[in-house]
Amino acid sequence: MSDVVEAFTAETLAWRPYVAPIALETATEAQRAALKETPSNTKVSDYVLVLAHDPQSLGERTPLFNGIMYARGGLARAERELGATVASVLNRCIYCASVHSARYIQLARRPEVIEQVFAGTPETLPARERAIADFSVKLSACPPAAGAAEMQALRDAGLSDAEVLDLVLSVAVFGWANRLMHTLGEPIRPAAG
Amino acid sequence: MPVDVIAVLADAADNPAVAAAMAGRADLMAASEANYRAVMTPDDPGGLSGEERRALACRIAMLNGDAPLAKHYVTGLGAAGAALADPEAPSPADTRLAAMLRHVDLVTRHPREATRADIAALTAAGLATADIVRLSQVIAFVNYQLRVITGLRLIGGAA
Repeated sequence: MSDVVEAFTAETLAWRPYVAPIALETATEAQRAALKETPSNTKVSDYVLVLAHDPQSLGERTPLFNGIMYARGGLARAERELGATVASVLNRCIYCASVHSARYIQLARRPEVIEQVFAGTPETLPARERAIADFSVKLSACPPAAGAAEMQALRDAGLSDAEVLDLVLSVAVFGWANRLMHTLGEPIRPAAG
Repeated sequence: MPVDVIAVLADAADNPAVAAAMAGRADLMAASEANYRAVMTPDDPGGLSGEERRALACRIAMLNGDAPLAKHYVTGLGAAGAALADPEAPSPADTRLAAMLRHVDLVTRHPREATRADIAALTAAGLATADIVRLSQVIAFVNYQLRVITGLRLIGGAA
């Protein structure tokens, strides 16, 4: 498996499942509904086709995930991506980390923040990013280790309760996503071309 | 009328800051509860019974030191379920259950260490592919839920 990616990167990766995805041709009505399959037959990822083995969960999870990452107002989208990336690094979901670090860089235009997160040196980040990263690491731990001190650091960095909740949701939903994507498959180099 | 589990466990009724934060993202809180029902009481539970789901969820809460959430999930469990829920109990003799508990503990506590071999171990213990995905969703969802609750308690002033 020489194409497996072993180090964090913001480059585009592919994902190879450890279990067989469902086949679209033989999908049940519930599975098709969960996939929101369109007549235009858009390409559905292997990851989604693996999760379609449990269509009710897939169908409920998609709008929650999208709402957490993209809903208007609250915490800046870039900072939700930062929380997602920090959680993914802690949980070693290299695929999730690649997608969400790239989105952070695209939105915030600050690749140096991601370099420090990947290098495991978040203590060198500016105060606001450091508070976000530290809280995200500690909330991701098992048991969660975020406490009043980390909460106060977020408030000192200027986050409102509404923004803190958005950070909590992004870190928590990656505690979920990482436990699917890192355990059910592996990150690989995309095919050339 | 279904109980809003996150609101109850984050004590929103007695904490205006928690209630206000939740109200600001009411749609996402409702979606979280919909996911709770999809994972814990699905229309088609497949090879993972409701009793087993609650027991595993309780175990995940205990592994995370969340006694109130563990109490929520242990309520109504029979003796067999309670034994599955206890991380200190000896591993069950049943091959399938033992493999599921091992996976629950690994993915909850050390997700970064999970490999292809851990999925192969579930298959070898007799789990169908769909049940491996169902089990993965139970583990992953409860790990989400307990972090949302933890974060809300911090917003409410918990130490």
